[in-house]
Amino acid sequence: MTTNEALIKYCLRLGDTSLILGQRMAEWCSKGPVLEEDIALSNIGLDLFGQSRTMLTYAGEIEGKGRTENDLAFKRLEREFFNNLMSERPNGHFGETVVRNLFLSAFTYNLYKKLSLSKDDTIAAFAAKSLKEVTYHLRHSGEWMIRLGDGTEDSHNKIQQSVNDLWEYTGDLFAMNEVDELLIAENIAIDLNEIKPLWNNTINEILERATLTRPLDGFMQKGSLNGIHSEDLGHLLTEMQFLPRAYPNSKW
Amino acid sequence: MSNTDDQGPIWEVFLQSKPGLAHKHVGNLHASDKEMALQNARDLYTRRKEGTCIWVVPFDAIVSSTPEDDEAFFEPSNDKAYRTPTHYVLPEGAKHI
Repeated sequence: MTTNEALIKYCLRLGDTSLILGQRMAEWCSKGPVLEEDIALSNIGLDLFGQSRTMLTYAGEIEGKGRTENDLAFKRLEREFFNNLMSERPNGHFGETVVRNLFLSAFTYNLYKKLSLSKDDTIAAFAAKSLKEVTYHLRHSGEWMIRLGDGTEDSHNKIQQSVNDLWEYTGDLFAMNEVDELLIAENIAIDLNEIKPLWNNTINEILERATLTRPLDGFMQKGSLNGIHSEDLGHLLTEMQFLPRAYPNSKW
Repeated sequence: MSNTDDQGPIWEVFLQSKPGLAHKHVGNLHASDKEMALQNARDLYTRRKEGTCIWVVPFDAIVSSTPEDDEAFFEPSNDKAYRTPTHYVLPEGAKHI
């Protein structure tokens, strides 16, 4: 594997995770529990789409085959997506969305902080810009986590269940392969073993304030590094890619 | 007017558009507490770089005059034009006096 091949994969991982979570956020549009949250969730989605555009465009440029951000977003199949498994988890109820977003934003927040020092200028700029947005996403999901966990008995039980259900997807966040190995050596990527304790700190602090119990590590789902996903990603792509596939090359 | 419903209490939002300027009322929103009110205000009212500072104030904390107060409060000043500097000619170039 060449550095460029690894870099393309790495950019797709970052870009796809933002894109797929962004699409999940878009699914909340007009379905939020209250108007204020409807707008908040849609806003977060728009931030994420912006992030993915930078990374997909860059991946297309490095590849050099003329594929644009749109080609990469709308003309790839499930197995060609490298978003982590957490990002594709369905929205469920509002609390479930909060837990998924917290697990992910605690990850990207700590990752982008380090990644903003990457030797690759585009990735460093992407991380520095995205960090500002993700800082807010973390604050949004964290504050809701605390209120729902430390809320009523019903909200506490529901959100604890979501924490338990989503826990098995946290392992995939930190999975690495030869792509990471190669890019860490080049000071482009970050060793995710460095991110894990930071993520643990962020999550533990919020779980404690939310009076929630951290599940024990058990069976962990994996596969995103090889483009292996849950069935849910297929359904998401069906909706997201419908228009460009039904009407190829149509313009506004 | 009721100030709560099942979406939580109402908060009035004030934005400062530039450092040094007064905070201006821009609207209101629902939120369960002050941190959430601040976050919601950020999402609803500052997406297009409208401000440098946000205030959120519980609707309950605002004391408003009512239409019945109009006569006593405002009419006495109607015939006291000397209290406003409308007779002065503005110096050239001065926009705000």
